[in-house]
Amino acid sequence: MSKAQAIEALVKALGKENVITEHEELVCYSFDATADMPSQMPDVVVTPTNTHDVTEILKVANQYKIPVYPRGSGTNLCGDTIPLKGGIILRMQKMNKIIEVDADNLVAVVQPGVIINDLNVAVAPFGLIYPPDPGTVATATMGGSVSECSGGLRGLKYGVTKHYVMGLEVVMIDGTVARFGGKTVKNVTAYDMVKLFTGAEGTLGVITEITVKLIPAPETKKSMLAYFDKLEDAGNTVTEIVRSKVIPATMEIMDQVTIRTVENFSKVGLPTDCEALLLIEVDGIPEVVEREAATVVKVVGNNNGKIKVAKDDVERDGLWAARRAALPALAQMKPTTVLEDATVPRSKLTEMLVALQNIAKKYNLHIGTFGHAGDGNLHPTILTDERDAEEMKRVHQAVDEIFKVALELGGTISGEHGIGMAKAKYLPLEFGEQGVEVMRKVKRALDPENLLNPGKMMG
Amino acid sequence: MAIYDNIKGIEEEIIKCMKCGNCQAVCPVYKETLAESGVARGKIQLAAKILKGEAKYTPELYKKFDLCLQCQACSANCPCGVKAHKIIMAARAELTRQNALPFAKKAAFNVLRKPALFDFGLRLGSTFQGLAFRKNATGMSPRFPIGLEMRRVIPSLANKPLRSELPETNKASKSRKKVAFFTGCVTNYIYTNVGKAVVEVLNHNGVDVIIPKEQHCCGAPATINGDIETGKAMAKSHVDIFSKLDVDAIITVCGTCGGTFEQKYVELLADDPVYAEKAKAVAKKIRDISEYLVDDLKVDFSKLGKVNMTFTYHEPCHIGRGMGLTRQPLEMLTKIPGISYKAMKQPNRCCGGAGSFSLTNYPVSYQILKKKLDDIQGTDSTVVVTGCGSCRMQIEDGLSQEKMPHHVMHVIEVVQRAYQSKK
Ligand SMILES: Cc1cc2nc3c(=O)[nH]c(=O)nc-3n(C[C@H](O)[C@H](O)[C@H](O)COP(=O)(O)OP(=O)(O)OC[C@H]3O[C@@H](n4cnc5c(N)ncnc54)[C@H](O)[C@@H]3O)c2cc1C
Ligand code: SF4
Ligand code: SF4
Ligand code: SF4
Repeated sequence: MSKAQAIEALVKALGKENVITEHEELVCYSFDATADMPSQMPDVVVTPTNTHDVTEILKVANQYKIPVYPRGSGTNLCGDTIPLKGGIILRMQKMNKIIEVDADNLVAVVQPGVIINDLNVAVAPFGLIYPPDPGTVATATMGGSVSECSGGLRGLKYGVTKHYVMGLEVVMIDGTVARFGGKTVKNVTAYDMVKLFTGAEGTLGVITEITVKLIPAPETKKSMLAYFDKLEDAGNTVTEIVRSKVIPATMEIMDQVTIRTVENFSKVGLPTDCEALLLIEVDGIPEVVEREAATVVKVVGNNNGKIKVAKDDVERDGLWAARRAALPALAQMKPTTVLEDATVPRSKLTEMLVALQNIAKKYNLHIGTFGHAGDGNLHPTILTDERDAEEMKRVHQAVDEIFKVALELGGTISGEHGIGMAKAKYLPLEFGEQGVEVMRKVKRALDPENLLNPGKMMG
Repeated sequence: MAIYDNIKGIEEEIIKCMKCGNCQAVCPVYKETLAESGVARGKIQLAAKILKGEAKYTPELYKKFDLCLQCQACSANCPCGVKAHKIIMAARAELTRQNALPFAKKAAFNVLRKPALFDFGLRLGSTFQGLAFRKNATGMSPRFPIGLEMRRVIPSLANKPLRSELPETNKASKSRKKVAFFTGCVTNYIYTNVGKAVVEVLNHNGVDVIIPKEQHCCGAPATINGDIETGKAMAKSHVDIFSKLDVDAIITVCGTCGGTFEQKYVELLADDPVYAEKAKAVAKKIRDISEYLVDDLKVDFSKLGKVNMTFTYHEPCHIGRGMGLTRQPLEMLTKIPGISYKAMKQPNRCCGGAGSFSLTNYPVSYQILKKKLDDIQGTDSTVVVTGCGSCRMQIEDGLSQEKMPHHVMHVIEVVQRAYQSKK
């Protein structure tokens, strides 16, 4: 009963065209990019166009006690936008204005529905970039990526989203609008609420405006591809490059399963008998890039690797093609692609890679691993078929074990993909009950009735 | 299993979709609507419901699948290689089986199945079109809301269809090769000069051109809307007509016609004991005119006459992504002496035409077209060259609505001009 009334109230606040209840449309919001998740239809999909709309929507949700799920492009990989308990999908995509590019202060102010890449296009004429670059830069929204605190290929040198968020406007579940942070580089006033809402996965409030830091675009780049007969040599190379005081923008690894699959699929000319491959890119001022590239070449040689340095943009694109083909190639092998996100301290990279190989053997699964070696962030990718119940059981056991090992090595259960419903159960493993309870208290204080993205992260 | 006969046939394709959402970045419909149902990912999940029997025909469901240009941008960009546009087609076919097409479309496709009647209707049209259409500066707008959007400007029908103007056999003076020419409706009834240019240029190159009289519409409008019965009937009839001929190649001047012969006929007839192989043999001979001139005849375009023109090129979806011809058209155009090419930012973005899509979804179609027009505007060119009659109609409509000075030419007309200026 109250749901129908709530929908009526939403129509009154937003107009009919922004409140969708048509069955066919609701089906399309019952899932996101996450594999192997239950799907659930929302009762209604609403589309705000400004902060005031968001306030009205949350007031209705609060009044009728109806769950709300903020949603950007639905590309998250942890089931974070599945409306588990039915209710309202709050679609932020039409709040997609770039409000300001302030080149003098190196900041931009955007609405949450702006696509990450569109921001980069807008700041390029100023010679600036917004560094966080998840694989989904061309589709994911700023709001979604701030809420997932997404990372990407440049994490090693440039960090993840939270290192670039300077200010936020957030609407709380009762409709209160709060603003935190701003344009100043230095801002240490009171609690760091900006960081709290960054990575909150839509469970604490709805972000309606974001101020981000921009940086000067690197003048030049150099890409290199290194091959290793032994996994250990690749791992040691990663450690030694950083020890030599070179911080590449990108240091990506692919294991043998991935290399073979990529080669089979796109014939880019990779040696299929080597055990690991590193794609390394250094960027910055030309002289420094030259020097750093030389160091990389030397370190790879010291560690029994072979290396190919891209001479120009065409060759650079060629090298990157291999990296870009990794996920697609793997994804084409089997119908279901379970992409994980285990992260360990860089020095434990080799151990983790070996552990993953053993887990694949133990559970008789096809696992290809690639990832951001430089920051210890690996994406073991399990290739399976969700119609095969028996195999799926082994998949779930393997996933449990992957996270156990990552934590034992001093790592974390999420390097960049968030927690959502996929990994909520592992939280106590990482924080202990006490840690989780502190977080729950925060959640209860800000969303006492658990209406914001229920069933995710804090339950 | 033929994907259009049974939605089961497309199951593997549906399961392959990992729901990554990458298609959002390239789908022109999604860019306008920002609705999950507008993009391949959403439609594929709806198709999955149909497959599982959890969703049945409703007008709303059909409408979701109708809102797709078949531009194939999603499929080309999909990291998992999902042929999303085919899933959408298979779903349309399934829904059409469950419930007949809307009356107007059905009536139209029934006429398509009777080539003589279709031809008669369109000939009548050219005589009586003044009754139903009001003339304006560049073309005609429908006078009555006959299912067309009132604002849409469509070109006048030619006074005489191409196939009644040209003989069936057009011999070259020094003939060394022989091809058949599938004209397609747009060329036969509207842009007849395109057909004449094909014959002229091929004859110049010592190629005899046969234009089979019995040919009719390729059937794409019916197939694309899910009317598989009609699509198959047309496929069989064309496979028969063109199998009989002893020719080196079958030339098309429209990516949709070409792609229909090359791919759809093979798919439609895949399970047919008599036609499956015959369709494949015909498909192998299909060449877009640009492909034939560049790859088969290896014409040296730099030796042609001068054409003083600054043009920009719109790549039709079904020529570029559909037939895979991204290189050939520009290769020949840019080599012609005197000509200058100004690239648009996104030459291969769909113009929003997509056959009947522009008629049934005019507002979205026009928004998509508007982006193309802005792109054209940004190029400092005076001519828009393209390789497809449907795109041309769509772009001409927009240019006229926006009062832009550019005019549109088919690639072969530019080549024709180069030959003429050589003389
Ligand atoms: C193929 C592929 C590759 C990927 N590569 C990477 C990668 O390299 N690195 C990486 O970090 N991630 C990656 N991802 C994950 C995903 O793309 C990112 O997490 C992305 O930032 C999510 O953005 P979105 O707009 O799709 O958000 P959604 O998925 O729509 O939402 C994500 C979360 O944000 C919340 N949310 C959305 N908008 C708001 C708002 N305005 N206010 C409050 N909460 C909000 C939602 O409730 C949800 O919890 C990848 C995903 C795929 C499918
Ligand atoms: S169709 Fe391809 S690009 Fe689109 S969601 Fe599915 S896998 Fe991703
Ligand atoms: S074919 Fe074109 S319009 Fe249709 S879903 Fe794919 S990208 Fe969108
Ligand atoms: S694709 Fe279009 S122009 Fe070509 S024959 Fe078919 S309907 Fe006619």
